[in-house]
Amino acid sequence: MSMNLHLTLTSADWLALFVHFMSLSLLAIGGAITTAPDMHRYLVGEQHWLSDAQFTSSVALAQASPGPNVLFVALLGWNVGINAAGGPGAATAWAYGGLGVLVTMVGIMLPSTTLTFAAARWGHQNRELRAVRAFKQGMAPIVIALLIATGWILAAGNAGETGQWPLWLLTAVNALLVWRTRVHLLCLLGAGGLVGWLGWV
Amino acid sequence: MPHSELPAAQAQPESLSDLFWSFTRLALQGFGGVLAIVQRELVDKKKWLTREEFVEDWAVAQILPGPNVVNLSLMIGDRFFGLRGALTALAGMLTFPLLIVLALAALFAGVADSPHIQGALRGMGAVAAGLIAGTGLKLIAALKQNPMGAPVCYALAAITFIAIALLRIPLAWVLLVIGGSACAWTYRQLGALHQIKPTP
Repeated sequence: MSMNLHLTLTSADWLALFVHFMSLSLLAIGGAITTAPDMHRYLVGEQHWLSDAQFTSSVALAQASPGPNVLFVALLGWNVGINAAGGPGAATAWAYGGLGVLVTMVGIMLPSTTLTFAAARWGHQNRELRAVRAFKQGMAPIVIALLIATGWILAAGNAGETGQWPLWLLTAVNALLVWRTRVHLLCLLGAGGLVGWLGWV
Repeated sequence: MPHSELPAAQAQPESLSDLFWSFTRLALQGFGGVLAIVQRELVDKKKWLTREEFVEDWAVAQILPGPNVVNLSLMIGDRFFGLRGALTALAGMLTFPLLIVLALAALFAGVADSPHIQGALRGMGAVAAGLIAGTGLKLIAALKQNPMGAPVCYALAAITFIAIALLRIPLAWVLLVIGGSACAWTYRQLGALHQIKPTP
């Protein structure tokens, strides 16, 4: 791939990458994707460890593949590793790619999952406390609205690229289908992929 | 409302491997985010959680830092099997999707420029947005049980939507101001309910 960079990472660089992702972990309220702008600033702008194209395609691919969206972080780490190995054809590409995945994923997950585990356990053990119930039930309308807003923002991001109403219509129809019917979600995604493949949206 | 009046979830995972494979299945069905699938599978089908429990856990998973769905799987795994359950659910959520996304990245390098592939990604992206919004619309039904009362909840949800989706106000401010007020109001309402109708 022509968009690859060739670079040399010292162990101090790997440590810096790990520490940077650890520090972003506790800031990732609302999901790891909320820290993507800072990852871009650090990896592409400041350190030049990734090209712009590598960053963008990592995020898009993680969105399009199954599993939690946080896996875009794994792809970022993989690409940093590939660049450090000297490109995808290098003999050590997979080893360095794996190291990149390990460093970025453990960095982004370890602090937040440790905190979540402890806080959620405390909350569950004290679930009859008035303050705990007030927090969970008071937040309910807000987090439900956040879901609808996330759908809206993703739809606006999609349609913004082409400025076309068919994408909005596709999103709205699928929102209604999920809300009102029990159609299998994979059927909906497959249909969406087909409609796009045929160039209708 | 006392917690005991809410219907408890009827079912639970049989074993750690049941938990692992259940979460693997969830993760592999979740394109563009797993939340819609988690609600459909764990609440509607398996009944490991009630709709109300799901919304409460989701609130905690959302407020704490980290990937929401990862936080939620940790919490659900911990609920049934402790630390081992939390790690098992986490492994189920991440292992196979990680392998798949790396394989896709290798394949994608050759076909990134095809208009068909780009169109398919765009179509699936639009559907994924609809799945997330539709899950939110479905969960509105859970607000009927809320101690603030349904009309207050609908108003809070509408304000939050406008603040985030239309005005693009940073999440931290929305959580702090709107979320903080909602929690304070709920705290008051829970106290008032307790005085009128003591827990049996």
